[in-house]
Amino acid sequence: MSLRSPLGRVLGLGSAKGGSGHWYSQRVTAVALVILGSWFIASLVMLGAGASHAAVTGWLHSPFSAVMALLLVAVTAYHAQLGLQVVCEDYISDKGARLVVLVALKFALVVAALIGILAVLRIAFGAQA
Amino acid sequence: MAQPERPLSPFMQYRWQYTNTLSILHRITGILLSLCFFVLVYWLAAAASGPERYATALAALGSPLVVPLLLGGLFSFCYHLLNGIRHLFWDAGYGFELPVARKSGWAAAIGAVVLTAVLWIVLGASLGGAA
Repeated sequence: MSLRSPLGRVLGLGSAKGGSGHWYSQRVTAVALVILGSWFIASLVMLGAGASHAAVTGWLHSPFSAVMALLLVAVTAYHAQLGLQVVCEDYISDKGARLVVLVALKFALVVAALIGILAVLRIAFGAQA
Repeated sequence: MAQPERPLSPFMQYRWQYTNTLSILHRITGILLSLCFFVLVYWLAAAASGPERYATALAALGSPLVVPLLLGGLFSFCYHLLNGIRHLFWDAGYGFELPVARKSGWAAAIGAVVLTAVLWIVLGASLGGAA
């Protein structure tokens, strides 16, 4: 059952999208990132700032690290997309400009996530150019 | 004729206080962390492209102009993590009482500064050891 009035629906006013799904995904990815982010910072501390190439590739050769890194890249991109979308929706009032920025953000984050995932896989499977 | 009194948007009349400061800081650090995500991808891609590319990337990330940005990124991580946990407790329905919210706010802000300082010193020490 919808609580929206027929007039509001026709005019496209109010929430016409999946607001609660967005809200829920933001929280689920936040919980995941508490773990993944802490793991990454702990890894950086173990590796040390300015870690050598051998140290970084050796670290990502371990299946556990590789899986954690893949999750970190994918979940961070998704969480960032959800968060930046809310910021854009709050501050960009022009509907056209908002749509352009939101689509551009999605493209940029998906491309960056795929580059990150490919990089982790290349290191994990030992393909070093 | 003078206009009748119209209601103002909340941001036009609310007094500046710790609640909205911490809230806007959560947003700003979130935006900065989104930028850091691209740095992370750059670092991973450089590592996957071999030792020479990785050395170039490391030199770029270690340049005097970039290091302060990385410090900002580390603080953003620490603050967004701690204040994010605060938000998750709120979402679960806990910690809304004003004294509790005030305490958790201070804990997130001070905790973030302390955590940033500790991590920066530890990471800096590892850099000194490697050089």
